[in-house]
Amino acid sequence: MISAGVGGRQLGGDLAGAAVVVVVIPRRRSRSIQSTAAGEALRCGGGGIKNAWSLQGTRPAILASRSFSSAAKEMTVRDALNSAIDEEMSADPKVFLMGEEVGEYQGAYKITKGLLEKYGPDRVLDTPITEAGFTGIGVGAAYHGLKPIIEFMTFNFSMQAIDHIINSAAKSNYMSAGQISVPIVFRGPNGAAAGVGAQHSQCYASWFASCPGLKVLAPYSSEDARGLMKAAIRDPDPVVFLENELLYGESFPVSAEVLDSSFSLPIGKAKIEREGKDVTITAFSKMVGYALKAAEILSKEGISAEVINLRSIRPLDRATINNSVRKTNRLVTVEEGFPQHGIGAEICASVVEDSFEYLDAAIERIAGADVPMPYAANLERLAVPQVEDIVRAAKRTCYRSSSLAATA
Amino acid sequence: MPVHYGSKKLNYFTVASTIASQLPHAVGAAYSLKMDGKDACVVGYFGDGGSSEGDFHAALNFAAVLEAPVIFLCRNNGWAISTPASDQFRSDGVVVKGQAYGVRSIRVDGNDALAMYSAVRSAREMAITEQKPILIEAVTYRVGHHTTSDDSTRYRPLEEIEWWQMARNPLTLYRKWLESNGWWNDEAEAELRSNSRKELLKAIQVAEKIEKPPVGDMFTDVYDAVPSNLFEQEKLLQQTVTRYPQDYPSDVPVRAVPSS
Repeated sequence: MISAGVGGRQLGGDLAGAAVVVVVIPRRRSRSIQSTAAGEALRCGGGGIKNAWSLQGTRPAILASRSFSSAAKEMTVRDALNSAIDEEMSADPKVFLMGEEVGEYQGAYKITKGLLEKYGPDRVLDTPITEAGFTGIGVGAAYHGLKPIIEFMTFNFSMQAIDHIINSAAKSNYMSAGQISVPIVFRGPNGAAAGVGAQHSQCYASWFASCPGLKVLAPYSSEDARGLMKAAIRDPDPVVFLENELLYGESFPVSAEVLDSSFSLPIGKAKIEREGKDVTITAFSKMVGYALKAAEILSKEGISAEVINLRSIRPLDRATINNSVRKTNRLVTVEEGFPQHGIGAEICASVVEDSFEYLDAAIERIAGADVPMPYAANLERLAVPQVEDIVRAAKRTCYRSSSLAATA
Repeated sequence: MPVHYGSKKLNYFTVASTIASQLPHAVGAAYSLKMDGKDACVVGYFGDGGSSEGDFHAALNFAAVLEAPVIFLCRNNGWAISTPASDQFRSDGVVVKGQAYGVRSIRVDGNDALAMYSAVRSAREMAITEQKPILIEAVTYRVGHHTTSDDSTRYRPLEEIEWWQMARNPLTLYRKWLESNGWWNDEAEAELRSNSRKELLKAIQVAEKIEKPPVGDMFTDVYDAVPSNLFEQEKLLQQTVTRYPQDYPSDVPVRAVPSS
């Protein structure tokens, strides 16, 4: 740091009266200064940025809502994931993180912010660019008894490591007659984001959910994110944890129970987000929000929709889905991914097998367009389901649309 | 499945069909040992063909960066089924690839048992005390066919196979060395062969008497706990087998395996 006399630039508006300094900050990636405590350390000099973080040794890794009143707290999905991982790493020294940019960069999407500082480079590993490499290494570490959390920058890149996920992780417990289990979590953003093109937008839910030996989870809200992440880390089986980039910044209310460090959600149980009696709408991840919006619109038109947040793709909560369809007699499945061999196809088959005589209408599947995701924003909007598509499909199952055309 | 054995008790991971996938696993396990501060290292075996796989390169690179205590042991026997090493790579064997990744590497005569023992022993010492990876390229020759359904004389000359069998046979070389030191002779050889054969026959007899595992074992160990859908499927299978016993092998027990 260089001290200058009068004429140097002041740091921030609240430093009036403080010594005027010119701070030369070395060009490090995304080391944003979040709080005045960090700013304070920089002004005091010595050791540069790293000291700023070490002063925060006792602070929580995330800056959650400060309100301690009895009113519901809000928490972003990002903070929910960060706090869940932080708490599980704190509770179990075998849990460690590995992936590209998870440490120094604080995570490509800042999900792992603060964890390198808190747990050190032995437990938060920045890797060379090799998905096959770090996934295989994670699996090997899990074989030996550690509990890795492997981050894929997006699940599109998991393709380069899918051999290790399927052949090395999913099948090991079976092939070794229960001797070698793989308590590993593969996590990262899945599915479409905004304007990221074909190779960054695919949904891999059905790819992984078709494989026995894996568990596949897809959280929607912050409660889902915290509860399912904790359950995934504690689970002795390999878990694929499908997040959503556009949900990271969304806030949801969280109760005190959810904020407790022992909180977790059961794997394999769906949640009925909204009760209804006329039509069942199943969805997961971002589409749950769209389904809820559709249900709101439908209720104004006299159709009461029951929205099921799947939470768990494998195992799929067939009981909850079928019980709901037996109540409403109509079903619309919603997903962002490609239609062929998708999650909706499996739900449809399950309902036809178990609840055929309860159906009053053909099942409707809403899915993404059967094309690689276009880059152009107007085309991208047409390639993913919108709230109106869900509303129209629900109306069709209720025979409330004037024609059977998909655009009606 | 033949050759796909594994044993937690004996510290080796289940052999996989996916070539070279075990190399990143070895690095991961070595990292785990390093974290635990154990006086141990990991050894990962692969062939000349395996060094072409992406996993080989990722594993070596990673092991060097992580400073993991792992020995990569390449058995370069010149053949990957019918693909000779000259069609597998154009580098000077596998040892130079280790060097390229910053891994200390050595080429050893794979048919010399003493050289191999010496090299591996040193490698283990180095891997553990220095916490760094080592690559050993053991140069040898695949005298046999790839599997029992292969006839390798179709793609290589018989004279080549016979030469290696006669001149560089590691068993013959080692035996001659023992005999020259007075530690072995024909009687000891005959006795060892006879005892080994007896042991093998006894093991076969014991194994033949063991009851086959029950049909329910097909549904266990997919996950840590048997999920409800597999429990249902197993019940259904049991009912079917009980109803139509003539359609199923009689020596496979049908009794239920309890779900956890």
